[in-house]
Formats: sequence, C-alpha cells, structure tokens
Amino acid sequence: MTEAAVPQHGLTSRLYLLVWIVLVALTAATVAVARMNVTAFAALISIGIATVKAGLVLVFFMHLKHEPLILKVMLGIALLALSLIILLTFSDVWYRWGAHVHS
Amino acid sequence: MPAESMATPEKSYLEDGGRFRGLFSWIFTTDHKRIGILYLTSVFSFFAIGVILGLLMRLSLIEPGRFMSERTYNSLFTVHGVIQIFLFIIPGIPASFGNFFLPIHLGARDVAFPRLNIFSWWLYITGGAILILSIFLPGGAPDTGWTFYAPYSIRTTSNVSLAASGIFIVGFSSILTGLNFVTTIHRMRAPGMKWFRMPLFIWSLYATAWTQILATPVLAITLLLLILERSFGIGFFEPLKGGDPIMFEHLFWMYSHPAVYIMILPAMGVVSEIFPVFSRKNIFGYKAVAFSSLGIAFFGYLVWGHHMFTSGMSDISRVIFSLITFLVAVPSGIKVFNWIATMYKGSVRVDSPLLFCLAFIFLFSIAGLTGLIIGTLSLNLYLHGTYFIVGHFHYTMFGGAGFGFFAGLHYWFPKMFGRMFNERAAKTAWFIMFIGFNILYFSMFLLGLQGMPRRYFQYLPQFRTNHILSTIGSWILALGLLIMFGNLIRALFRGEKAPANPWGGSTLEWTLPSPPSRENFRETPVVKGGPYTFG
Amino acid sequence: MHKGEGSVDERHLDYAGAKMGMWIFLFTEILFFGGLFLLYSVYRMKYLAEFHSSAAELSVVLGTANTVILLTSSLFMALSIAFLRKGRRGLSLLFQLITIGLGLFFLVNKYFEWAEHIRQGIYPDSPVLLDMARGKIIFFSLYYVMTGLHGLHVLIGVTIIAVMAAFTRNETIGPLDFVKLENTGLYWHFVDIVWIYLFPLFYLIT
Ligand code: HEM
Repeated sequence: MTEAAVPQHGLTSRLYLLVWIVLVALTAATVAVARMNVTAFAALISIGIATVKAGLVLVFFMHLKHEPLILKVMLGIALLALSLIILLTFSDVWYRWGAHVHS
Repeated sequence: MPAESMATPEKSYLEDGGRFRGLFSWIFTTDHKRIGILYLTSVFSFFAIGVILGLLMRLSLIEPGRFMSERTYNSLFTVHGVIQIFLFIIPGIPASFGNFFLPIHLGARDVAFPRLNIFSWWLYITGGAILILSIFLPGGAPDTGWTFYAPYSIRTTSNVSLAASGIFIVGFSSILTGLNFVTTIHRMRAPGMKWFRMPLFIWSLYATAWTQILATPVLAITLLLLILERSFGIGFFEPLKGGDPIMFEHLFWMYSHPAVYIMILPAMGVVSEIFPVFSRKNIFGYKAVAFSSLGIAFFGYLVWGHHMFTSGMSDISRVIFSLITFLVAVPSGIKVFNWIATMYKGSVRVDSPLLFCLAFIFLFSIAGLTGLIIGTLSLNLYLHGTYFIVGHFHYTMFGGAGFGFFAGLHYWFPKMFGRMFNERAAKTAWFIMFIGFNILYFSMFLLGLQGMPRRYFQYLPQFRTNHILSTIGSWILALGLLIMFGNLIRALFRGEKAPANPWGGSTLEWTLPSPPSRENFRETPVVKGGPYTFG
Repeated sequence: MHKGEGSVDERHLDYAGAKMGMWIFLFTEILFFGGLFLLYSVYRMKYLAEFHSSAAELSVVLGTANTVILLTSSLFMALSIAFLRKGRRGLSLLFQLITIGLGLFFLVNKYFEWAEHIRQGIYPDSPVLLDMARGKIIFFSLYYVMTGLHGLHVLIGVTIIAVMAAFTRNETIGPLDFVKLENTGLYWHFVDIVWIYLFPLFYLIT
C-alpha cells in the first residue's frame, strides 16, 4: 500500500456531510436559475453549476484530492480527448448548420 | 510427473499449466504467456478465414458473375473487412506479443490483472463467434461494408445487429487489454526499470493502450446506437426522423481512425526492437522514437474527418482535418528515418526478422505516401471511394501492421516455442509474399487512378487487365503465406531446440530460457541500464 | 510499490494499481457517455427551439427529487468506505444498504416517469412522436437512450454494491482490504456525475 487515501479522523464524515449540503444547495440553485428564465445564459449557467457539482464529487467523494498526480493527469487526458472530439465535430456542424440556427 | 511439478521450477510455461490439465489449462489459464499464445492462435485462425474470403473476392473479380452473385460479393467484402480489422489486426500484436512480452520486458511476473486478462480473451472469442454466427443465420451475412454506414445499415435486413453486437463485445475485450497494459506499465516495472529504460515495444504498446482506452468506447456507443436504431427506430442517424447520417460517420471514424494506429503502433514497436538487434547497434534516437509513438497516438486521434471529405461535411472542417492529417506524417517519418539511421554503419545481419522489417518499411512508406495523396483534400475528391483507397489501406494494415506482425513472429518464435524454424524457407516465403503483395495491391492503385470504384461486383472492360493482374498477385501472396505458416508449424514439431538467445538480443526476454518458465524470472531482475546494449 | 515478483495474493494488495485500473475504466465510461453528450449538443444546436419546448414536458419535480436521491446515495457510499476503514463494519454495511435502497428508489421514480410518457404515446418510433417536429423526435429519443443507459448503470451499480454488502458481512473485505469497496464507490460516484449533467440538459433547459 502506498498512499494514505482518506484522512482517518472523524473529520471525514463531517466533511462529506458538508459537501453533500453544498451539492443539494447547488441543485436548488440550478433549478431556481432555470425558473428565472434568463434565456441567454441559462444553458451556460446550468452546465457551469453541474460542472462545479461534478468537481465536488470528484474531489471529495472520489478522493481525487488524495490521489497521486499521475491519476489527475490521466483524468485530464481523458477529458481533453473528449473536448477535442467535440470541438472538431463542431467544426463541421457549426459551419454546416450555423446558418440555419441564425436565421 | 505431477508429483515433481512443485520441485522443478525450470519447467517451461508450456509444460506447467497450473491448476488445470489439457485444454482447460489453456482456456482457464491466467498466465500471460499462455494467454498470449491463445490470442496468437485465435488471431491467426481468423486471419486465415479473412484471407480465404479475400481470395474468393479476387477470384470473382477475374470474371464477375461466374463464381458468385452480387449479394454474395457484398457480404464477402463486409465480412472480410470486419474479420481482418476487428478480429485480426486490431487485437493482433498487442494481445499476442503484448501479452507475452510486456510483463517480461518490464521484469514482472505477470500483468496487473491476470484474471481480467483471460476474461478479455473470452470476450474476444465470444464476440468473434457471434460475428461468425451472423454470417450463417437466416437474414444473411451483413452487406453494408465494414463501415456500417447509415442509413443503409439501418434498413438492410441482413444480420447487422448481430454483427454489431459481436464487435461491441470484441471492443470491450480490447478496452480491457488496454486498461491492463497501462496499469501494468505504471505499476509493475522491475526495480531500476525507469521509463526511459523500457524497450521501445513497450512505449508503442503504451501509446496503443491509451488509444484503445480513449477511442474504443466511442465505437461501443456508436454500435449500440446502431442496434437501437434498428430495433427501436430512435432516429439519430435517420434523416426522416431528424437525424443526421453524417453524425454516424463522425462517431464511427472517431474510433476507426485511431484504430489504424492501434494496428500500426505495435508493429512499429516490434520493428524498433528488431532493427537494433540485427544491426548490432543501439537504436538511433531512442527518445525520438518513444515520443513519436505518443505523438502518433495523439494526432491520430484528431484526423478522423479525412475519411469524410465527400460526405457533405462543412468546408472549414475539411480543411482542418486535411491539415492535421499532414501532421501525422511527421512522427511517422521520424520513426522511419531513425530505423534507417540505426542500420547505418551497423553490422547488419540479414535474417528473416530483419527482412520482414525491411518489407515493413518499404510497404509502410508506400502506404504513408499514398496516404498524403488522399489526405489532400483536392485529390481526395477524385480518389475517394476508388480502388486507390483499397490499395492504400491494404498497404497500411497488411503491408505495415501485417508484415510487422510477421517480423515479430519470426523474431520471437524461438523464445515463445523453444524451437528454431528453417531460415531458408522463411526467406523464400518472405520473398514470394513480398512479390505477390505488390502485384496484388499496386495494381489496385492503378485501378483507382483509372477510376474503378471500390465495393463493385462488376466493372468496365478497360479495368480488366489490372484486375487479372491483381488476382494473380493474390495467388502468389497466398502461396507465400502457406510456405511461411507451413514452415513455422513444422518447426513447432520438428524444429531444432532454440538457444536462450538466438539473435543476440539484449532485452530481458533473452535472459530467460526458451521457452520461459511459468514464473518468468527466478529472481526479480534489477535493471541497471537501457534496453539496448550494443554501443 | 509492489513489483512483479511475489505471489498472486501479494500482487493483489497493490491498491494503487487496482485503483488506477478502476479509474481507467471510468475514463472509458466518460468517452462512452461522451459520444451521447456529443450527439445531444449537436442536435440541440440544430433544434434549439424544439429542445426547449420538449424539455418543458418533463417533470422538474421528479428530476430534482432524483438528483437529490442520487446525491444522497453518493454521500452514504462515501461514508460506508470511511467507516469500513475505521473498522466499523456494521455501520458500513448499513450505509451500503441505504445506498442500494436509494439507488432502487431512483429507478422506481424513473420507471414512473417513463411510464407516464409512454402512456401519452411518446416513445421512440411511436406514431404520436413521429407526428411531432423532428427536433422533438430527436429530443425524446435522446432522453430515452441517455436516461436508459444511465439507469442501466444504476442497476449494475446497485448489484455490485449488493455483492459488496455480502463481502462486508462475511468479512471478505474489511479495514485492511477495502479496495473493492472503494472501486465500487468510484463507479457509483461516476454514475452520479453522469446524472448531474443529465438533469439540467433534459429537465432545466426550457
Ligand atoms: C490475401 C489477403 C487479402 C486479399 C486477397 C484481400 C482482398 C481484398 C479485396 C478484393 C477487397 C475488396 C475490394 C472491394 O470490392 O472494394 C478487400 C477489402 C478489404 N480488405 Fe482485404 N484482402 C486481403 C487481406 C486483408 C488484410 C490482412 C486486411 C486487414 C488487416 C484487409 C482489410 C480489408 C478491408 C478493411 C477491406 C474493406 C472492406 C469494405 O470495403 O468494407 N484485407 N480486400
């Protein structure tokens, strides 16, 4: 066994609980924002909030915080791969359908 | 015998089957070497089927209509393509030589997850069986081409869903192998085995494994959607329901282009092992070769669109993909120059493994250079969907990856089976194959330039000469293959006993007896220097 | 760090290796769902208006409830690992069972949600759906495929946690050998993360 994953103290449970409270609060926030109908940015805001939530789950529940650097780099590579294929696909659809959207 | 099995550690892995006997000691083994052999035999069995289908197609093409119907021809090229790609060349080198030599090259006892390893072989065989089944079940063999393009693949009544689920399962097997390799390379290196002391074969497997991990899931979801499309009519790729068939092409090539690098990278790794040994010189530019593997994997991930230049995707996208395609040529070129530079002023020993490597360089260079031609947007518009493409990808996958595979087969055969093959027969086979290959596929470039479309049963009279030439080439090639495999199979039973290090290699496998014992190393090796010690 | 040498059991104690394997598996899941998210974003761009009007037909209440359920299940999953490590086997087991319960609760909700749409005649290839605008057809197909595949993952997760609960009971896993549970947790949290994205994409973008 090499790395000390989760801190052993009773703090863990309290930390988890705190994270959970924040997650639920963010869920409430995202629903509230959606209700307010700020159409222009609604999508961006919801995706942003979702990303913060996903980050919290990753860092705390999945202990990414305590993992060695190499795992974080690997995760970065996977996410980079996904972003690149989305980006390149949009280089097609954006210019193929873009006109349709703006009209 | 059984009573001694504990006492004699020198028993080879071929004799020591572990807990089971007979066939079970193979199909339930967790020994990476036995799993490697399992893959080797299954992969080449599928290859044989694929070759026979290829020969049948060539036969039909000398006189269309005489030997088979159009429908049969359509199924032939589909099943031929699917088998050669998904069951032969993609698992090919990594699953067979990779499994066998990766732990040994690292100085390890086995891969990180031995049970997962045999499980992935089971998945592979199951998927393969389902695929073969799809040929024979009512409904008929798939007839879409190996690319399964929508919307035809949605509408045809042939067994596309079954074939797709077979490939899905094989893909899962490929993912698990990749996962196993990456973890093994990170976690199981012997003391002193630093990253830059790893043999270059391992570097290429590492790059390959990442591609397997990051690209194969996209294929999985694509095939799953195709199946759902066929069974529930979800409409993602169906224009009538608002879907877009071009999105199918995107998703398909997002996997299938990187898959080309899953095929070729391990072959490049094999070649990088062989050149130093047979030139008695260290590899020229170790780090450049190592990093170029990663570079190829990276850029290879981003060029899928060059298969779609005539699909109707946006102009900007076509330009971008054409541009990135040229970039892949750079790391590939680095490798080719480094191999040649390795031979320069070396004391070159021209044995069969080296000959296959030289053929690899020659054929792969033709593949790469014709790749630049069809990667050029303007030329692609003319050559797309012609035999030029068929010629190009056979040069890449068969001339490149396939000949690299054969090179490794001759190089490692003595180590894996403890027998030497007949060198003269090997050279004869090599020569015949090389000639046959070029006749078979170079005439396809000519056909393509003349305008002969691919996947056609019938053709205009002016294409006849080249078609006949190509078919004759296929017979010569088949003869060479027969001699090569005949020679190796004969060696299994009649070959001389192989010494531990017949070629004078310097990587760790050559420190072991041929064939190695079940435990690989008696004591964990402590690595003190780089993999090539020829000076 | 454990090297190649040594017995099989010894190698299985390479926790970092086992976890690395699990993380890599999750990367493949990211790319697997990634293909679907790609399709979603492409078609949303094409059918912006239809996506908005279709999303309005989903129940935000049920969606929100399911989000909170999964988040809570993640909390209990994380806690169960922490307690197993501290040697509190009983509590760990209890938390695993709660996680399972919440997972099943999620699926039941999902079932009612789907049933309601199907009752209205909205499901892939249904005559009602095919009569609607193309963007709507695609939206609902995406909805079924993505939540369906996610639901399948929840089901698999629940099954694995059930096996872990049995392992915890018969002491196959414990404070010194908990990596199986930890990897199960990783899987479960990943499934949660997928839902964290599915929720706004289907329920909130109206
Ligand atoms: C003796 C060996 C082989 C022969 C005679 C052969 C021959 C052919 C022929 C005649 C075609 C179809 C041309 C057309 O109508 O479009 C074809 C297609 C194809 N071959 Fe081969 N081939 C051989 C080996 C291989 C190998 C080793 C691979 C891969 C590693 C391979 C991969 C493919 C693929 C992917 C296709 C395209 C199938 C499609 O259009 O859907 N072939 N081959």
